[in-house]
Amino acid sequence: MKSYKEVFADLRHEGRAALIPFFVIGDPDYDTSLAVVKAAIDAGADVLELGIPFSDPIADGPTIQKADVRAMRSGMNTHKACEFIRQVKRHKDIPIGLLLYYNLIQQYGAERFFKDFHKAGVNSVLVADLSIDDADEVLVPAQAAGLDSVFMVTPNTAPDRMKKIASRTTGFVYTVSLLGVTGSREALSNSVDGLVRQLKDLTDVPICVGFGVSKPEHARTIADAGADGVIIGSRLVAMIENHLEQPRQAIEEITHFLGEIRKTLAAN
Amino acid sequence: MKHRGRFGDYGGYYVPEVLIPVLEELEEAFDRFSVDRAFVAELDQLYRNYAGRPTPLYHARRLSEHVGFQVYLKREDLLHGGAHKVNNTLGQGLLAKYMGKTKLIAETGAGQHGLATAMIGALLGMETKIFMGVTDVERQSVNVHKMRLCGAEVVSVEGGTGTLKDAINDALRYWTSHVSDTFYLFGTAAGPHPYPTIVKHFQSCIGKEARRQCLDQIGRLPDMVVACVGGGSNAIGVFAGFLDDKDVQLIGVEAGGKGVATGKHAASLTAGRPGVLHGAKSYLLQDKDGQIIDTESISAGLDYPGVGPEHSLLKDIGRAQYVPADDEDVLDTFGLVTRIEGIIPALESTHALAHVVSLKGKLDPDTVVVVNLSGRGDKDVGIVEKHRPLKDSRKQ
Repeated sequence: MKSYKEVFADLRHEGRAALIPFFVIGDPDYDTSLAVVKAAIDAGADVLELGIPFSDPIADGPTIQKADVRAMRSGMNTHKACEFIRQVKRHKDIPIGLLLYYNLIQQYGAERFFKDFHKAGVNSVLVADLSIDDADEVLVPAQAAGLDSVFMVTPNTAPDRMKKIASRTTGFVYTVSLLGVTGSREALSNSVDGLVRQLKDLTDVPICVGFGVSKPEHARTIADAGADGVIIGSRLVAMIENHLEQPRQAIEEITHFLGEIRKTLAAN
Repeated sequence: MKHRGRFGDYGGYYVPEVLIPVLEELEEAFDRFSVDRAFVAELDQLYRNYAGRPTPLYHARRLSEHVGFQVYLKREDLLHGGAHKVNNTLGQGLLAKYMGKTKLIAETGAGQHGLATAMIGALLGMETKIFMGVTDVERQSVNVHKMRLCGAEVVSVEGGTGTLKDAINDALRYWTSHVSDTFYLFGTAAGPHPYPTIVKHFQSCIGKEARRQCLDQIGRLPDMVVACVGGGSNAIGVFAGFLDDKDVQLIGVEAGGKGVATGKHAASLTAGRPGVLHGAKSYLLQDKDGQIIDTESISAGLDYPGVGPEHSLLKDIGRAQYVPADDEDVLDTFGLVTRIEGIIPALESTHALAHVVSLKGKLDPDTVVVVNLSGRGDKDVGIVEKHRPLKDSRKQ
């Protein structure tokens, strides 16, 4: 199984930031979602971020909330998400970061959850509503299962806390570019530059930036700031939402958009 | 964070990283100002002269005759705004002011907390935004109007079932993007630390007063204290006065909706199991995967799939018992209490009364039961009329 370490080392060698698309598993239904994710991989995704839908996603804006609702309505659940990941891995072995809310892990049983999802091919699990202060509740079983750790850093995270977060991260630091929830934004937050630099001084683990990234020039700015990866979610999810009746068109749009981002990132 | 905000294994602060510094700031401010002399004095003045504290403890004579034991009502319904909510909004609103915040946001179910926040926003000259589920906006239109009169903006939340849970989700999201100047005035003793502790602190005046009044008026402590539980703020407020009095039985009454057996209810402690929602570990109504399920109750204020974490602990250690009251029994009790006491109780508080009425003839005549009458029912008159049209009740 491809590790974050291998992928980010290769990319550093290449001098390019990773392209990391995010999708909600099962949005709008299992088969379309699988086709979308496969297309994203074929369009040049280096790492995948996949979310298991939750009824009350407090860290997410309206675009991803609606995707969660669509996925749940079409029957997505934790067990099916595990199967979904196995199928994605069969298409191509690229690292997968799982993103979800804590209650889903609690109800599945932490130990079993990490074991099952690691076996299915997940490299890390980021829990949107679990901070570093309570991380031991998941870190111990996650590490025992062989997973890397990914935590979030936000523009208002204090320096010593940032240090603590970085020291416990083995996968990559998920840097949130703005104060807010997920969602496309016209302009990229101007705190990206400083945040990435600050983190680079603290740690050697890769720094990836997400939230509000919705245009090729945003990706360019993030890469220029020295980040190791660019995470794009809501913009892609909106393409699915805009073509619910013609999933093929959504796939075309996503492929084209990711291709452009990939080109932007490669143009050094 | 300085404290962990735990009640046994319950509580905590399960929130996105972006909210951690904000909750830290809030915890620090609460630790500092809740013992600050100027703050305490100003809050005390407002409790007395603005809100109308202390509230009476009233021996409900005809209701006592009806049930066959002694029922005392803690009259929080007489407070400004018509509910206990103002205890908390004055406390947190003042805290916001002392912290230098200029804007208030709040979630609301029945609209009582929204109204109490809008009032305090007006009083303190702060811009106020109230998040309210679209279903609740419809069924509590009088409160919506009052909030707007107080100058608050009411944001109608479309997500989910359009009830309290969805209002909290959106308030949290909004807060995430406006943390620097905005204070989230949380309405119930749930949510992430330090809210359960803060809300209990500001609501504990109910229990402290009631305890003193029992000793003054009856010469002894009550045998039982009963309160309705949605998120659980009025219940924890009145329980707070009696937690150390081991002989005082504490009973929380949840929304049984159409009956717990039907699955259409909001009785998290009766029928749920522990999980994490809105920043805290507590009993929740959820499916086997941990997805939060839809709740149903005739009272918007109890229509919530979670509950404050301290109630979860009190249940587990057996210090308090939690029971459901169904919509039908609540409607019956609403009619009864209004007719024999001339008091129109909020449908939320009527759940507590319904449990007391269900004990009719089962307790010794000397038994003293204190019921927290947490709010008045003017807002619910339309809902009751829909289910029990007046011409029918006149025949009874």
